[in-house]
Amino acid sequence: MESIILFAPLVGSLIAGFGWRFVSIRGAQWITTGLLFLACALSWIVFLSHGPETQHIQILRWIESGTLSTDWSIRLDRLTSIMLIVVTTVSALVHLYSFGYMAHDENFKEGEESYRARFFAYLSFFTFAMLMLVTSDNLVQMFFGWEGVGVASYLLIGFYYRKPSANAAAMKAFIVNRVGDFGFALGIFALFFLTDSIKFDDVFAAAPELADSTLTFLWADWTATEVVALLLFIGAMGKSAQLILHTWLPDAMEGPTPVSALIHAATMVTAGVFLVCRMSPLMEYAPNAMMFVTFLGATTAFFAATVGLVQNDIKRVIAYSTCSQLGYMFVAAGVGVYSVAMFHLFTHAFFKAMLFLGAGSVIHAMHHEQDMRNYGGLRKKIPYTFWAMMIGTLAITGVGIPLTHIGFAGFLSKDAVIESAWAGTAGGYAFWMLVIAALFTSFYSWRLIFMTFFGKARGDKHTHDHAHESPMVMLVPLGVLALGAVFSGMVWYGSFFGDHNKVNSFFGIPAHHAEADAGHGAADAGHGEEAAADHGEASDHGEAVAAADHGMAPQGAIFMAPDNTVMDDAHHAPVWVKVSPFVAMLIGLATAYWFYIVNPALPKRLAEQQRPLYLFLLNKWYFDEIYDFLFVQPSKALGRILWKKGDTNVIDGSINGVAMGIVPFFTRLAGKAQSGYIFTYAFAMVIGIAVLITWMTLSGGAH
Amino acid sequence: MISADLNIILPEIVLAVYAMAALILAVYSGKDKLAGTMVWATSALMLVLAFWIGTTGEGSNAAFYGMFNDDPFSRFAKVVILVSAAAVMVMSEGYMQRRGLLRFEFPVLIALASVGMMMMVSAGDLMSLYMGLELQSLSLYVVASLRRDSAKSTEAGLKYFVLGALSSGLLLYGASLIYGFAGTTQFSGIIAAATEENISVGLLIGLVLLTSGLAFKVSAVPFHMWTPDVYEGSPTPVTAFFATAPKVAAMGLFARVMHDAFGNAVSDWSQVVALLSVLSMFIGAIAAIGQTDIKRLMAYSSIAHMGYALMGLASGTELGVNAMLVYMAIYVTMNVGTFAFIMSMERDGQPVTRIDALGQYGAKEPGKALAMLVLLFSLAGVPPFLGFFAKLAVLRAAYDAGLAWLAVAGVVASVIGAYYYLRIVYYMYFGEEPDEALDGGRSPVLMGFLMGSAVIMLVGIVNMFGVEGAAQAAAVALVN
Repeated sequence: MESIILFAPLVGSLIAGFGWRFVSIRGAQWITTGLLFLACALSWIVFLSHGPETQHIQILRWIESGTLSTDWSIRLDRLTSIMLIVVTTVSALVHLYSFGYMAHDENFKEGEESYRARFFAYLSFFTFAMLMLVTSDNLVQMFFGWEGVGVASYLLIGFYYRKPSANAAAMKAFIVNRVGDFGFALGIFALFFLTDSIKFDDVFAAAPELADSTLTFLWADWTATEVVALLLFIGAMGKSAQLILHTWLPDAMEGPTPVSALIHAATMVTAGVFLVCRMSPLMEYAPNAMMFVTFLGATTAFFAATVGLVQNDIKRVIAYSTCSQLGYMFVAAGVGVYSVAMFHLFTHAFFKAMLFLGAGSVIHAMHHEQDMRNYGGLRKKIPYTFWAMMIGTLAITGVGIPLTHIGFAGFLSKDAVIESAWAGTAGGYAFWMLVIAALFTSFYSWRLIFMTFFGKARGDKHTHDHAHESPMVMLVPLGVLALGAVFSGMVWYGSFFGDHNKVNSFFGIPAHHAEADAGHGAADAGHGEEAAADHGEASDHGEAVAAADHGMAPQGAIFMAPDNTVMDDAHHAPVWVKVSPFVAMLIGLATAYWFYIVNPALPKRLAEQQRPLYLFLLNKWYFDEIYDFLFVQPSKALGRILWKKGDTNVIDGSINGVAMGIVPFFTRLAGKAQSGYIFTYAFAMVIGIAVLITWMTLSGGAH
Repeated sequence: MISADLNIILPEIVLAVYAMAALILAVYSGKDKLAGTMVWATSALMLVLAFWIGTTGEGSNAAFYGMFNDDPFSRFAKVVILVSAAAVMVMSEGYMQRRGLLRFEFPVLIALASVGMMMMVSAGDLMSLYMGLELQSLSLYVVASLRRDSAKSTEAGLKYFVLGALSSGLLLYGASLIYGFAGTTQFSGIIAAATEENISVGLLIGLVLLTSGLAFKVSAVPFHMWTPDVYEGSPTPVTAFFATAPKVAAMGLFARVMHDAFGNAVSDWSQVVALLSVLSMFIGAIAAIGQTDIKRLMAYSSIAHMGYALMGLASGTELGVNAMLVYMAIYVTMNVGTFAFIMSMERDGQPVTRIDALGQYGAKEPGKALAMLVLLFSLAGVPPFLGFFAKLAVLRAAYDAGLAWLAVAGVVASVIGAYYYLRIVYYMYFGEEPDEALDGGRSPVLMGFLMGSAVIMLVGIVNMFGVEGAAQAAAVALVN
C-alpha cells in the first residue's frame, strides 16, 4: 500500500509527461488526478490505521559502495504518515483545482501547445519527489527527494517560460536553494564521516556519542552534533525560506497559483521543518544550534510579517505570510517541541493552501489581475470564494475562544507555538517576536480581506463587472480545505499538544521520564528560569538514560530528551501568555478595520508621514538590493572576466591557435616528407635508428 | 619426441600443405576459374583451424628445442590472425571477381602469409622469428602487386619489397649482434644474458636494430613511410588484408621478442618503444588530416593505432600486454568493417576512394552511413563504442606503469586524430553533394561485414564476447 502511495504519482507523471499523445491531454489530466486521489485515500487509511510504531518497508537495494550500504526503503512512522496525508491531500485537491485554473491560459497558444499535460506531469512529479523526501529511510534518499522537489519547483516557477520574470524567479529559487543544499550535503557528509552510515537508525543511535565528540571544521574544533545540526539547518533554511535564504520565495509567486498553493505554501517549503523534526534525536544534543534555530525562526516570523503589511500583490502577501508562519514552526522545533512544529505544519497546510487557492480564484475571477489596489467590493460577486477566504483568514489569524480548545485550526496550533516559545525561552526574544508577528499577521490578513472583498470597486470597471465565480472544480477543493482549516486543530490538538502521555503515545515515544514530569506540577511565571537553572543536572540524567539505550536508535517518530520539559512548561504557562496571541489578533483586526473600512485614506497618509519606514518595508528590508550588490554583481563580474578573458582569449585562443596554426603546419610538413621516393623513406629509417640509439643512450638504457 | 613436436605445429603444417597442394592443383587444372572456390575453401580451412586452435589448445608447450612455442598468447594471436584473414578474403571475393582481379594465387599467398604469421607469433628463437617473418613478408610483397598491369600497384609492391629488404637487413644485423653477445639465438638463452644489471652495449644495439626491423612491420614512425604509398597503390582487398592480420602478427612478434627474450631488461626497451609509440600516434594523427584519399587516410589511421598498441607494450607489464591484445582484437574488427565500407564505395562499377565523394551519403544510404559513423566514432575512441575501451585499457596500462606522460600524449593525439574521422562523418551528413556521387555497392557480403562490425562496436561493450578473459590468459602466459 505504501509503495502504491509513493509510485502512483510517478506513474501519473510519466504517463502525462511522455504519453499524453496517446491518452489525450484530458486523459492525462484525469489519470494524474485519479492516481493522486488514490494515493490520498490510501494515505488517510495509513494515517488512521497505522499505529505509532516505526516500520521499514524495503523497496530495493540501493547503494553498495565501500562501507556505504543503503536500501531504498520507506520509513513509516507517525511523522511520515502526517506528511503523507498533508502532501497527498493538498496535492490531490490542487490537481483537481488546476482543471479549472489551467483551463485557459493566455501565456500559451490554445490548441497548439500541450501545456496542461506538462503542468499536470510536473505537479505529479513534484508529489512523487515530495513523497520520496518524507518517506525516506536515510539521508541520501532524503536528499534525492529534496533535490527532486527543487527541480519540480524550478520547472513550475518557470512554467510561463515566455515571461522573463518567471525564468528569473525560477533561476533565483534554484540558485538560492543551492546554497542551502550545500549545507545540507555537508551535513550528510559529516554524518557519514562520523558514524559511517547514512541510515537514520544508525545516525540516531550514535547521537549521544556524537554529542561528546568533536569535529575539526574550518578553523576550530566543534562539538560534532552542533556542527551537523547547524549544517542540516542551513539546508532547511534554504528550502523553508528562512531569513538570509528567504529571497526566492516571494519571487516564486511567478508560477501558476495552484503551484504556489501546493509547493510554496503547503508542502515543499515545510520540508525544512520536517527535516529538523526528523532529525530530532540529533537536534536534541545540539542545544546551541537549536538556540540559533529558535532565534532565526522568530526573526523570520517577525521580518516576513512586517514586509507583509505593505505588499499590494495578493500572492506576495500570502507568500510573506507563509515565510512568517514557517518561522513559527522553526521556533517550536527550536525550543524542542517538535510535535507542535508538526502541528502547525499540519494545520498551516490546510489554511494556507486554501488561502492560495482562494487567491487563485480571485485572480481567476479578475482576469489575472493580482494587485489588491485594483480589487474591492468583490464579496457579492464571488461569494463562495469570499467565504472560503474568510475561513482561511479566521484560521490563520487564530480566532477561537481563549483558554479553551475550541477554535479554528490556526488558533490552536499558533497558540501552542507561542506558549512553547514562552516556555522554551523563558519568555524571551522569541516569544515577543511571535506575539508581535501574530499582531501583524492579523493586520495583513484582514487587510487582504478588506481590500479585496469590501469597500468600493477600485480597479478596471469592465473587469469588475465581468468578475465571475469560479467553476465547481475549483470550489470543491476550497470546501474540503475549509473543513481542514476549521476542524484539524480541534480534532488533533490532543495528539500534538495534549498532555504528555497522549503526545508520547501518538508519536510512539516510550514513556521513560514520568518522574521528570512530576517535578513540574506547580507552575508559575518564574518557572522557566528554574528549569534553565537545573539544566546542567538534568542533562547528566539525560545522558544516563541515553547510555542505557546505547547502541539503539530512540524509539518513536520524534525524540525529546529526558530533560526536555518545554512542552509541559508550556501547558502551565500563565493566563496572560495564553491570551496574548488572541489579544494581538484583536488589535490587528481592529487596526485593519479602522484603516481599510472606517478611514480608507489613513494608510496613504501614514505611508507618506513615515516614508522611509514604508519604503524600507515595501522593499523587503532591501535584502534583494544588498544581495545584488554583495553576491550577484561580483559573481557576474567574475563570470564576465572568465568568459571574456578566460574562455574567449585563453581557451578559445589556444585551441584555435593549435587547431588552425600549429597542427596544419605539421600536416604540411608530413605531407612534404612523404615524397614518394624510396631513398627518402630509407633515409628516414636510417635517421630513425640513429634517433632510437641516441634515445636509448640518453634515457639510461646503455648507462 | 619428433612426433610430439610435429603434433604441436600441426595447424601450421596443415595450412602449409594445403597451400602447396592448392597451388599445384590450380596450376594443373582450371587456374583462375578455380579461384572463387579456392577463396571459400581457404577461408573455411582457416576458420576451422582457428576453431581448432582456440578450443583444443592447452597449457604451454615448446617444440623443436624451444624454437616454437604453443601457449595461450600464440593461440590468441593465431585465432585473431586466421579469423581476420578469412574475413578479408570472403569480403574480397566479390570485389575482385567483378574487377577481374581474382587470381588463384591470391588465396594461396594469403594462406602462406598466414603460415608465416602463425610462425611469427610462436617464435622462440631468432631463427624461427626470421623464418616466419620472411615467409609472411615475401607473400605480402607479391600480393601488393597483384594487379600487374597497374603502375601504381607494381610501384607499391616494389617499394614495399625494397624497404622491406632494408628492414630485414637491419633486423638480421641486430639478430647477429644479439647472437654475438648472448652466445645463443634462443630466447630462453638471451633472457638469461640480458638482465637489467649486466646487459652489454652490444646487446642493446642489437635490441634497437631488432626493434627497428619489427617497427617496420607494424609501420611505426619513423619506419612507416612505406605504409601510405603501399595502402594506396594496392588493390583495396589487399590493403584491407595489410591493415589487419599482418599487424596483429607483427605486434604479437614484437611482444614476444620483448618479453621472452628481453623480459629482464624492461626498462631498457620500454623507453624506446614509448618513443615509437608517441611518434606514431602524433604523426599518424597529424599527417592524416591532409589526406583526401580514404585508403591513405586509413594508412595513417593504422599508424596511429599501432602507436596506441605500442603504448600497451611500452608499459612492459602483464596489464600492458593484455591491453595491447585487446586493442589489436578491437582494431582488427573495426578495420574489417571500415574496409568493407571502402570496398563498397563505387561509381559505375569503378572503385572510388576520394573522401569528398561521400558528400550527402547519409541521405542516400542512411543504414550504411550510420554503421560507418559508428565505426568512425569507435576508431576515434568516442564512448560508448568499443574503440574507447580499447584506448582506455592501454592508457591505464601506461599510467599504471609510470608512463603518465605517454598516456597524456596519447589523449592529446587522440583528440587531434578525432578530427579526420569526424571529417568523414561531416562529409556523409553535412557535406556538399559531389558531382560524381557514389552509386551501387550493395553487395550483401560487404553489408553484412559492415553492419556486423558496427553492431559489435556497440554490443561488445557488454563483455567484449569474452575476448578480455582470453587476452588476460595470453598476457599471463607471455609475461611470466
